[in-house]
Amino acid sequence: MNHLVISPSPHRRAELTTQKIMAAVNIALLPAAGMGVYLFGISAFFVLITCIASCVLFEILCYAAMKRSQKVYDLSAILTGLLLGMNLPPDLPLYIAIIGSFIAIVIVKQLFGGIGQNFANPAITARIVLMLSFTPQMTRWVVPLYYKGAADAATGATPLAAEWLTYEAGGELYKMAPFTLQDMFFGYTGGCIGETSAALLILGGLTLIALRVVFPITPTVYLSSFALLTFIWTRSINETLYQLLAGGLMLGAFFMATDYTTAPLTSKGRVVFALGCGIVTFLIRQFGGYPEGVSFAILFMNLLTPYIDRVTRTVPLGTDDSDEVKPNQHKKRRKKIIQEV
Amino acid sequence: MKTLRGVQIRHNKHTKHSESVHFPIPDEVLIPMSQSMGAHCELLVAKGDAVTVGQKIGDTSAFMSAPIHSSVSGTVKEITDYLLPDGKTCKAALIESDGLQTKCPDISVPEITDKPSLIAAIRESGLCGLGGAGFPTHIKLNYDPVKTPINMLIINAAECEPYITSDFREIVEQPNEILESILTLQKLLGIPHCKVCIEENNSEAVAVMKKKMEFVNSVDVVTLPSAYPQGAEKVIIYSATGRIVRDGELPAHRGVLTLNVSTLAFIDRYRRTGVPLITRRVTLDGPAVVENAGNYIVPIGLRIKELLKHGKAENAKKVIYGGPMMGLCVYDVNQPIMKTTNAVIACLKAEMPKTTPCVRCGLCIERCPMNLMPVSIQKAYMKRDVKTLKDLKVNLCCNCGCCTYVCPGHRRLAENTQLARQLVLKHN
Repeated sequence: MNHLVISPSPHRRAELTTQKIMAAVNIALLPAAGMGVYLFGISAFFVLITCIASCVLFEILCYAAMKRSQKVYDLSAILTGLLLGMNLPPDLPLYIAIIGSFIAIVIVKQLFGGIGQNFANPAITARIVLMLSFTPQMTRWVVPLYYKGAADAATGATPLAAEWLTYEAGGELYKMAPFTLQDMFFGYTGGCIGETSAALLILGGLTLIALRVVFPITPTVYLSSFALLTFIWTRSINETLYQLLAGGLMLGAFFMATDYTTAPLTSKGRVVFALGCGIVTFLIRQFGGYPEGVSFAILFMNLLTPYIDRVTRTVPLGTDDSDEVKPNQHKKRRKKIIQEV
Repeated sequence: MKTLRGVQIRHNKHTKHSESVHFPIPDEVLIPMSQSMGAHCELLVAKGDAVTVGQKIGDTSAFMSAPIHSSVSGTVKEITDYLLPDGKTCKAALIESDGLQTKCPDISVPEITDKPSLIAAIRESGLCGLGGAGFPTHIKLNYDPVKTPINMLIINAAECEPYITSDFREIVEQPNEILESILTLQKLLGIPHCKVCIEENNSEAVAVMKKKMEFVNSVDVVTLPSAYPQGAEKVIIYSATGRIVRDGELPAHRGVLTLNVSTLAFIDRYRRTGVPLITRRVTLDGPAVVENAGNYIVPIGLRIKELLKHGKAENAKKVIYGGPMMGLCVYDVNQPIMKTTNAVIACLKAEMPKTTPCVRCGLCIERCPMNLMPVSIQKAYMKRDVKTLKDLKVNLCCNCGCCTYVCPGHRRLAENTQLARQLVLKHN
């Protein structure tokens, strides 16, 4: 009893750990990933499994090569693999998926110092590199439920790449969307494995918000700023909803822009970050050469994060002049201004 | 009501309904000469001297200090060195009790008629902040009413730390003393308003206080939300009045005087009896305490091991002075109860959780009651970047520990901020 342990306070800790956070995000992604496998068949499953397995393997090899303690138990490599897989087309050759995992884990994550140190989101950066290096394979989209004989052709377009049909009725020109909003909400469209089902992604995202793993401010500001800009530009509620549900926006807003490491630290900073994501996504989708802009937008804002952090520091209690300024201080300041004028 | 951030923690207030019991007088007490903030006292007794209960055994001419009295009668067995938590050493008197508890003949009811006599009496009583910080009360009360006029007396009874119920018991058992003390202070210091601040989870105490203060117009009983660290000085001032104590200011600059409720109650007890601060109420609790968890009125200088023996806490791996969020570790069970010890918590688990890398989740920033950025402070401290540390206002940290508590990487952010604070102080 004489041997007492001493340590600095506090002597009590909350139960949340990095591992638990990563596990929660992984589980929240599973419904949307499962939907992808259901829609696009076994090849989608192989892409997901290859990504996860190779990411974990590269992570283990990196820690071994750098002679560091194995931190693979934090489950972050599984999350990177799952996110990368969900951002790839369903019938991608598996060697490309492995190259993607190498870029995500070795180059983007471990070379910069491992978990918590990477400046850009590993899954997004890997996707962009693959997109630019293997453009044909990365833009081959499987028609949903083709393996069940739902369609005549194996490949089709995604909601963002497809042409809008125009038709004339009563002397006026109408535009018709190639997919119905209902199909897009539940995910019966072409696209990356995990991005099609907005409903399941929103469900996962809201679960994470309820578990307080994700701060609600990022997806709220991202989605609302994007929707507002699109509505102002297109003047059509229908098209705004179409843009909201199409592409990787839900996946990006709930699971990629909310990545702790590559987003700003403070709530103020997160608002700036999410606003930037919304604006850049809108600009690329409406005016850019690519049909999809979510990954570019998030990567772009990732790079700005250190600067956003610098200008959005918190104001410690009692160090700002905003409220409770003594009356005579006001007078002094006014005098100063008058003198300067 | 305005609220600051902070964390929600389990309260563990099991000892709420255990009435305070006088702890038997021990065979010997160890009384260190540094029990309040400020200068160490000089010993007034030597080895072999006979002492009586309430006899002054330590005092100093330094401004910032409070005298120390003997809690037992008997003889000074030894003068030893005592290692303080801050790494310094002070003298300590080991007094062997004769079991008679003979009162010191000097003890007399003080005459308190105006502010100077009140300040003088409180200094003689050896009173310091009993909530844990140990700021000498006579200095706090001796403010300059011209430079810093005070119109609000805040009684801190938040007791936001888990386990501790000593302030709660003070309210339930001694409401009269609290009321009388408030009236005395208001009258002699001319403070028009008073707010007694109690956390929501101590609704019984709120009821007791409300009933007591029913016909006193100048006193309000305020119920604060149960959140840690509601009882931190700047936080409770903000929660109760909306006033913000600015960087570099004292509460007095905002017209506020804060006193812990146990400190307050002692003022009236001393005014009536003249017995200086030689006993205090201590909560004994914690997972390692097998039986007799509760509140005890113990002589100052009682060794921790006596309390642990009483609670059958032989399996304790870690013992804490105060609550689990801000309390200091006991390094030896022979250490005594000090004036500032409001609780002794015995824990079964002592392992520190393993630290994992920071993932920049920002929870520490989200939860800091002072709006600081512990993660940025840690980064700047690793680089020994004093300028950035100053910009980040590291001096404002109240060491409440919320950042370390919430960190999913179990990083020791609060500890780090304290180190950073020392670094900045060194460079000033």
